[in-house]
Amino acid sequence: MPWPLPYPFELAFMQRALIAGVVVGVFAPMIGTFVVQKRMSLIGDGIGHLAFAGVGAGLVAGVWPVWGALAFAVVGALGIEWLRARRAASGDLALALFFYSGIAGGVVLAGLGGGLNASLLPYLFGQATTVNGEEIAVIVGLGTAIVVTMLVLRRVLFAVVTDEDWSRVAGLPVGALNTVLAISIAVSVVAAMRIVGVLLIAAMMVLPVASGQALARSFRGTMWWSVGVGVASVVAGLAVSRIWGLAPGGTIVLIAAGCFAIVTLLRRGAAFRLRAGGAEL
Amino acid sequence: MAVSERTGSPRREVGEVLLEARGVTFGYGRTPVLDDVTLSLRAGEFVALVGPNGSGKSTLLKVLLGSLSPWSGSVRLLGESPGHVDRARVGYVPQRPTLESEVPATVEEIVLAGRLSRRGWWRPLRREDREFVRHALESVGLDELRRTPLNELSGGQQQRAFIARAFATEPDLLLLDEPIAGVDAESQRRFRDSLAHLIAEHGAGVLLVSHELSAVAPDLDRVVVLKQRVIFDGPPAELAASGVSLGVHREDLPLWLEGLR
Repeated sequence: MPWPLPYPFELAFMQRALIAGVVVGVFAPMIGTFVVQKRMSLIGDGIGHLAFAGVGAGLVAGVWPVWGALAFAVVGALGIEWLRARRAASGDLALALFFYSGIAGGVVLAGLGGGLNASLLPYLFGQATTVNGEEIAVIVGLGTAIVVTMLVLRRVLFAVVTDEDWSRVAGLPVGALNTVLAISIAVSVVAAMRIVGVLLIAAMMVLPVASGQALARSFRGTMWWSVGVGVASVVAGLAVSRIWGLAPGGTIVLIAAGCFAIVTLLRRGAAFRLRAGGAEL
Repeated sequence: MAVSERTGSPRREVGEVLLEARGVTFGYGRTPVLDDVTLSLRAGEFVALVGPNGSGKSTLLKVLLGSLSPWSGSVRLLGESPGHVDRARVGYVPQRPTLESEVPATVEEIVLAGRLSRRGWWRPLRREDREFVRHALESVGLDELRRTPLNELSGGQQQRAFIARAFATEPDLLLLDEPIAGVDAESQRRFRDSLAHLIAEHGAGVLLVSHELSAVAPDLDRVVVLKQRVIFDGPPAELAASGVSLGVHREDLPLWLEGLR
């Protein structure tokens, strides 16, 4: 029995999409603030591709694809962090290694499972409007775990992602915190993949933060602005996709990108007016 | 041993050895950088480590902090090996002109990080921690800029923020790597005052790696000149007696050091 919400959220499937989407709109930008500060904006992409391989493995093995994705994403995130921390490969190169192995593995596994079939698509591009009760429970559960972890560790994570060398000398548990962050990123990717798809997950971690950092003047402020932009993008994206019959995952991300464009233009306009005003004085 | 009312931690006796390096030899690959370096620092002492470029100053600091392991010789920090020392009691200001923060981060947020290692990173911060941060910011003259994003500060102001972060841990031992390189005169004055405050009020020991000693020369207890090995270790007056002025002619020391190459 759906809640009495107005169009376009009056139907049960839209309300399920709204719940799952809003949760993603909160946790993805929240963890994204740390990821951007660590200069690993594309890690969500790399891990997304690994999660795709995990979905393929799950389909082949006959396991729920979400578990396959979670296993592959966590192992991959730890692998990327391991390579980065030991400087065996630069952050970029470590990412590329896992990124391409993941997508190649996904294609091979999907081939084994009988070709690129329809069951892969909801994970690849996201289909918020088809999430079921079980998936909502997973998204809300994992999302809550990520939000609690980020809020409890926010100060020390900020110290580590901002200045890793100093944090190590100061005796902060840099290795353990980087591991916690890597696992949290992997969990975020899996929790968000049914909403925006593995190909666009990194966008939900990074684009709202791009707007948030333009609007705020502190790390804390950036985090909350990013969450605000993330949630607004999800709600607006779902509404627009229903009204015009567009793909919800892509619409959400396009609106998040649009927010960044508007914020940037407004800021430029404000700076221009300030300069023009200054010139008149 | 008396207990400080403010922190509850034991107050160190003035004159206690805080840092001791004995016969430290280290190199990168097969190239030796440090050769049989022996150095000590006591509580309440202000020591400058100088040397020409490539003399091993920054490397020595990394060995002292335990980031690099010496080929031979030993290092003791506060009586412990670098791997076992309570890190909250060792403040460190790294050599870095600026910190480019991708996301805006305020001066206060940066300095608060210093409190984490002192009071335990898992514990929530309390009002007294914010007081320490305010005190640290006041001592470097950044109190009014505490809500300003770090990226909007000048190089000198940023360096003062990093010094405040080190102060916020209430260190017994403070190691600074070229903290006043290219810093304006006002920042240098603030820097000198804040170090004097740390030594006088907390009885801390300070080891300063720098090319520019003119700002702090009157306060120095000893100068250590390093050129792979320690070639001078004594009061500034003794170095001045050999014709090197640390205070009057600013260019004197760098020129003399370059002459050592």
